[in-house]
Amino acid sequence: MTRTLSAPVTVAFDYTRSTGPVLGRFFTGLRDGQIVGGRTSDGRVVVPPPEFDPVTHEPLTEFVDVAATGTVTSWSWVPEPVKGQPFDRPFAWALVTLDGADTPMLHALDASSPDQVSTGMRVRVRWAEERVGAITDLACFEPVAGLDGVEPSEPGPDRARPQPRNEAATEQSRSADVSGVITPVSLDYIYAASPEESAFYRGLNQGRILGQRCPTCQKVYVPPRSACPADGTPTAEEVEVSQTGTITTFCIVNVPFLGQKITPPYVSAYVLLDGADIAVLHLILGVPAAEVRMGMRVKAVWKPEAEWTYSLENIDHFEPTGEPDADYDTYRDHL
Amino acid sequence: MRDVAVVGFAQRQMAEFDGSPTCVELLVPLFAECYEQTGWTRRDIGFWCSGSSDYLAGRSFSFVQAVDAIGVIPPVNESHVEMDLAWAMYEAWLKIQTGEVDTALVYAFGKASAGVLRRTLALQLDPYTMTPLWPDTVSLAGVQARAGIDAGAWDERAMAEVANRSLTDAEKNEYSIRKGGSSVEELLSRPVYADPLRKHDCSPVTDGAAAIVLAAGDQAREVRDRPAWISGLAHSVDPISMGTRDLTRAPSAARAAAAVDLGGVELAELHAPFSHQELILRRELGLAEDVRINPSGGALTSNPMFSGGGIRIGEAASRIWSGEVSKAVGHATSGPALQQNLLCVLEGNI
Repeated sequence: MTRTLSAPVTVAFDYTRSTGPVLGRFFTGLRDGQIVGGRTSDGRVVVPPPEFDPVTHEPLTEFVDVAATGTVTSWSWVPEPVKGQPFDRPFAWALVTLDGADTPMLHALDASSPDQVSTGMRVRVRWAEERVGAITDLACFEPVAGLDGVEPSEPGPDRARPQPRNEAATEQSRSADVSGVITPVSLDYIYAASPEESAFYRGLNQGRILGQRCPTCQKVYVPPRSACPADGTPTAEEVEVSQTGTITTFCIVNVPFLGQKITPPYVSAYVLLDGADIAVLHLILGVPAAEVRMGMRVKAVWKPEAEWTYSLENIDHFEPTGEPDADYDTYRDHL
Repeated sequence: MRDVAVVGFAQRQMAEFDGSPTCVELLVPLFAECYEQTGWTRRDIGFWCSGSSDYLAGRSFSFVQAVDAIGVIPPVNESHVEMDLAWAMYEAWLKIQTGEVDTALVYAFGKASAGVLRRTLALQLDPYTMTPLWPDTVSLAGVQARAGIDAGAWDERAMAEVANRSLTDAEKNEYSIRKGGSSVEELLSRPVYADPLRKHDCSPVTDGAAAIVLAAGDQAREVRDRPAWISGLAHSVDPISMGTRDLTRAPSAARAAAAVDLGGVELAELHAPFSHQELILRRELGLAEDVRINPSGGALTSNPMFSGGGIRIGEAASRIWSGEVSKAVGHATSGPALQQNLLCVLEGNI
């Protein structure tokens, strides 16, 4: 048995951001197949354009079209790409100074081995097949065969790769400027429980509810914690608590929401299990919502054993025991 | 300004921590060590500040759960930064300067092994033009390393010398997770990984936590015969864009150095997660040839995310306490390719 339980977990969110006038202009250009830089107060053309001048701090207002060809100024090989990168096979990251620009930009460079990449090599933009107004519209840079060592020249249409002229792209170029970008972020983890949490979940998998007792204040925490939040003392002693307890407080859920599993109205309640000092939040069924009250005695109703896993969801819900209500004094310190 | 000293330090570093990302399990014994070193209880700590990020291991509000390790009845004066321990220490130092408190315990923790660290760190880049491409940390360091090689600022041999010295020194550090020096020739004969970097040019993914105790004036003197007095503390930031700064330099490190007095420094603990970055830092700090660099083995041999920088300050402080040196500097970095740099100058006599 491993010391702790662990499981894969993915945390994902689509970040939606407005671009503002400067990055909006840059992304509109990418969508339309044109790379746009910005001229800063020192006369340099910077790609991507900074929103504010690095010296005067004024908003950047002068935009300059640059070529889709350029020169590698530094690079690094990626032997083991990570998820979401422009390639899922080895490739290079490169700083590329585009013809007409004074500073390099970072992007992927398509190459099959580091032997094919060198500082000073000439590259050109490979556009994405579908462009939406994002940095990924620039799929990558690719080597310009036979042009190595040729001095960069002024930007011009003769140096740029022919731009796509299909109907969709033409339609896109007529549409409004890009004002926002959506960046999906998805992170994969192996999530581990603490040793105390692991004991709790292993207990649930056996139909038991386990807590930990603080050796300083004697309070029993369910779910258990590695240290007593009141004292900072490690909780050393494992304690099995009762499956019967008292409702300390509750709320009646009347509002429907996305993903709701039970038809409202229903009751979510804090249940203080006998022998525990922290209430657990759970569902109350088997009684009309209007009859649920503070002090009501309830017991755990487990799912069929075949469905048990390492989860508090093994307990389907709590239902009234029919006992008389608990005295307020028995739970007043747990509200 | 109030005289403030580092009077306590504890650390844990490991290749893979199999417990919860809240790291309470690691923090409780670290705090116990700090109480042991100072003779204090938690009630003697005037201010707490932690450093961590939920992105590292995917556990929301891990810094809130971590407070369990303190024990908060009665309530404590507490704060958090999504930065390395060194910046948490900076906040605590400021708090002590305000006169509101006289003591502080700062801590940081991270379980980088729960995810893919070099990928997760793409979230600290420009969210419009960089993060959507997921440039990984190792690659960005590689681009920086090559820029220096191409410019003649350093070469692969100089990088290997840094790695060999670090791996050799790490043999004496029980917390280093990569150790064992050989020779520059042997290191250079190893395969290139992320061209131009070899694996020993890159710090290993490390889990861990660390804690530092600060105290003002007489309270510091009561704890230690020879407190490590903070005689200078400064940090500065360079632009995040990789294209608009000279990657062979770290202007923010030079600026931080100009804000403190590095004269007479005998020892420097530099937070250089990649071998060439130590070379940049030595230049920007203007460290003399005889300054001892990273006797702990440094970040190249063990670099727990969120405490790797603060550990440099703790390592430097411990060598002041022991009398080994009289003046030392601890450095911490954050962001891609040495974007942010913090310096903490420590002295045995003030």
